[in-house]
Amino acid sequence: MSYKMHILVCGGTGCQASNSQGIIANLKEELTNKNLENEVQVIATGCFGFCEQGPIVKIMPDNTFYTQVKPGDSEEIVNEHIIKGRKVNRLLYRDPENKERVSDSKHMDFYKKQLRIALRNCGLIDPENIEEYIARDGYAALAKCVSEMTPEEVINEVKFSGLRGRGGGGFPTGLKWELTRKYKADQKFVVCNADEGDPGAFMDRSIMEGDPHSVIEAMAICGYSIGADKGLIYIRAEYPLAIQRLQTAIKQAEEYGLLGKNILGSGFNFTLEFRYGAGAFVCGEETALIHSMEGHRGEPTTKPPFPAESGYLNLPTNVNNVETYANIPVIMNKGANWFNKIGTEKSKGTKVFALAGKINNVGLIEVPMGTTLKEVIYEIGGGIKNGKKFKAVQTGGPSGGCLTEKHLNVPIDYDNLLASGSMMGSGGMIVMDEDDCMVAVAKFYLDFTVEESCGKCTPCRVGNKRLYETLDLITNGKATMDDLNRLKNLGQVIKDTALCGLGQTSPNPILSTIDNFYDEYTAHIRDHKCPAGKCKALLNYVIDPQLCIGCTLCVRNCLSNAITGIRKEPHTIDPEKCIKCGVCLTKCKFNAISIQ
Amino acid sequence: MITTDIKLSKCQIDEIVKICASFNNQSGELINILHKTQGHFGYLPKEVQEVIARQLDIPVSKVYGVVTFYSFFTMKPKGKHPISVCMGTACYVRGAEDVVEELKKQLNIKVGEATPDGKFSLDTLRCVGACGLAPVMTIGEKVYGHVDASKVKEMLDTFE
Repeated sequence: MSYKMHILVCGGTGCQASNSQGIIANLKEELTNKNLENEVQVIATGCFGFCEQGPIVKIMPDNTFYTQVKPGDSEEIVNEHIIKGRKVNRLLYRDPENKERVSDSKHMDFYKKQLRIALRNCGLIDPENIEEYIARDGYAALAKCVSEMTPEEVINEVKFSGLRGRGGGGFPTGLKWELTRKYKADQKFVVCNADEGDPGAFMDRSIMEGDPHSVIEAMAICGYSIGADKGLIYIRAEYPLAIQRLQTAIKQAEEYGLLGKNILGSGFNFTLEFRYGAGAFVCGEETALIHSMEGHRGEPTTKPPFPAESGYLNLPTNVNNVETYANIPVIMNKGANWFNKIGTEKSKGTKVFALAGKINNVGLIEVPMGTTLKEVIYEIGGGIKNGKKFKAVQTGGPSGGCLTEKHLNVPIDYDNLLASGSMMGSGGMIVMDEDDCMVAVAKFYLDFTVEESCGKCTPCRVGNKRLYETLDLITNGKATMDDLNRLKNLGQVIKDTALCGLGQTSPNPILSTIDNFYDEYTAHIRDHKCPAGKCKALLNYVIDPQLCIGCTLCVRNCLSNAITGIRKEPHTIDPEKCIKCGVCLTKCKFNAISIQ
Repeated sequence: MITTDIKLSKCQIDEIVKICASFNNQSGELINILHKTQGHFGYLPKEVQEVIARQLDIPVSKVYGVVTFYSFFTMKPKGKHPISVCMGTACYVRGAEDVVEELKKQLNIKVGEATPDGKFSLDTLRCVGACGLAPVMTIGEKVYGHVDASKVKEMLDTFE
C-alpha cells in the first residue's frame, strides 16, 4: 500500500509526557472518519529535538512543522491541511525575532546550524519498522562490510574517519577496535554502553528510541571487524521505551536475516542480548560496567588490563557508547574521507548535545565539532530565558566544569573544552543565568558524586565527602578562607589519586567554579552573602519602612512569629527568628519585603 | 539497614525459586533475577534476598551488597502512588529542589520513604529525559512537566 501523505508525530519521552499518544489516536480516528486511513499514514517517530516546542507534528511531503500540538488540534489538521491543503497557521512555529510564522524546519534558527549524522533518522522514520530504516540506506553498511571488506579494512576505515568515543573520554574508536581484534580468543564480545547516567542528558536514549537499528547495525559491523559473534547491550532499566524499541528492532533484524547465523550468506554470525543496569553512575566506567554485567556490584578495577584484553568473563571485549555506534553505518556508507572533513583537526564529525536549563530552546541538537558555544547558546538555543543574563554553561555533567562568557567563542571539541577547564562528557549542556549560584551548583554535583561513589577507593569515598562538607559550610556562611584553599588542594589530590574516571573528575565542578567565579566564593565566605540570592542561610528578608503600610498580612502568615509591629505602622523582621521561608515576600501586596 | 520483618508464604517462596530457576540459578544473572523479583514483589526485603542467595548458592552478603549498590533496587515497599522527582541538572536549575521540599512537607516523609497509609512514596531520580518540561516528576508511570511547587498540594489531592 502506498500512502500519499505521512503525518509524523514525535513519540519521544518528552512529547509522550505532553500526550503525543493522544494526538496519534485522534489523528487516526479522524482519518478513519473521513475514509482517508489508506491514503494518509500516521507514524510515531523518534525525537525531533525541538523539545521546547513539543509535541511536534510534521506533515510530509510538504515538510510542514507544527509545534505545541494538542490532541484537540487533530480534527483541524485533518480537515484543513490534509483535505483542503491549507496550513493551520496558528500551529506553525513563530520566529521570536520577526514574529512571522515559519512552516519548514530548515528555516528555523534551531535547525539551521545543525548537522544530523547520529540523529539522521530521529523524527523521520518509524523506529518500530525495519523497512523504513532500510529505505534510508539501513543495513547497506553491514552488507558492504561483510561481503566486500575484510575486518582489517573495516577497522582502517573507522580509524581513518577520526571518530572518537562519544561517551566522554574521546578515545579513538578505530584504535579500540584494532586492539580488541589483536587479542586471540575463542569468544569475544561487543558491548554497547547504554547506561546513560549523566543527570540532564538524554542523547543516547533518544537515539535508541528514535533509530534503534543504527545501533544494532553498528554493533554487528564491530563484531565482524573484531571477530566477535555476540553483542551485549547494557541499558538502564529506567529506559523502558528504549528497551522495548530495541527488542522490537532486534526481532525484526533476526527475521530479515540481518542478525543471527550466516548473515547475508557471508558466514558471519552475530546475536544480541540485553544486560540491565540498575541505576549506578559509576557503571558508565567500562570496567565497572563489565562487573555489573557479570552480576556484581559495579565497582571499577585498575587498567590495564583493558577490556580489549580481558573484559566480560575475562574475554576480549569492545565497549562503545550508543552515539559512537550510531555514527558507524554512515561512515561505512559515505566513507571515512567524507566524515573526516567535518569537524576540527583532532575532533571529527558531529556531537549530539542535550541543551537544557535556562535557555529558550531546550532540546536535542547535533552540531559539527568546532561550532562555538555562542552559536549553540544564542543561535540554536535562542538565548537565555526571560531575557536574563547568561552566567555559565555546564558541560560534561558531574565530571565537567562551568564555562563562562569568556569561553563563548571557543570552538567545541574534545581538546578545547579540556583546555578551558571542562570536558566534552557525554553531551549534557546546561545553561545557567544570573540567578544561579555557582557554589550551590558545585555542591549539587558533589552531592551527586558522594551518592554515586562506589566506595572502593579512599580518595573518592572519603575525599568527596569532605569536599561536600566544606561546600556546605560555605553555603551556610560558616567557612573561612582556609577552607577555600583546602577545597583546592584536596580537589587536586583526589584528581591525582582516585581509581577511576568518576573520582578523577569529581572535583572538576568545584575547581572550575573556583577558577571562574572566585569572587562568588569569597562573597559567601567573607561577606556572608550569596550574590545570586540562592543560598537560603545567607539571605536576609527585610521590610522597607517606606513601603510598608502595616496591614499585618505578613504577620499572620509568618510561620516563625518573626515579624512584629503595630497595626498601620511599618513592621520589622527579626533575623534571628526568621526561617527564610519566603512566605511573607509572596504575601506582601505592597512590594515592601525584599531579600538582601 | 534491614527495616522489614516479614514471613514469606510458601507460594511466595515458590515464586522466587521459579524466577531463579528461569535463569538456571546462575549467580552471574543475579541482577536480572533481582529485577524480576522486584517486579513481582515491589521491593526486596531481607527474607527474599535469603531465598535468592540459597538458590544461587552464594552468601546473602553478596546479594545484599548488590541490592544496596544500585539505586533501582529497594528494600522498602513503595507507596500505591510512587512519586519520583527528577533531580537531573536541568530540573535542578529550574527549581526541582523546591518541589522536593514541598512534597516532603505535604507528605511529612523523607525522600526514600512511604506515607504510613501506604498511599504515596517519595524518591528522586536522575533524568527522565524530558528536560524541555523541567522540572519534571513522575507519579506511577505518568510524567508530569512544568511542576510548580505551589501547586503540589492540589496535584496530590487528585489521587485516591
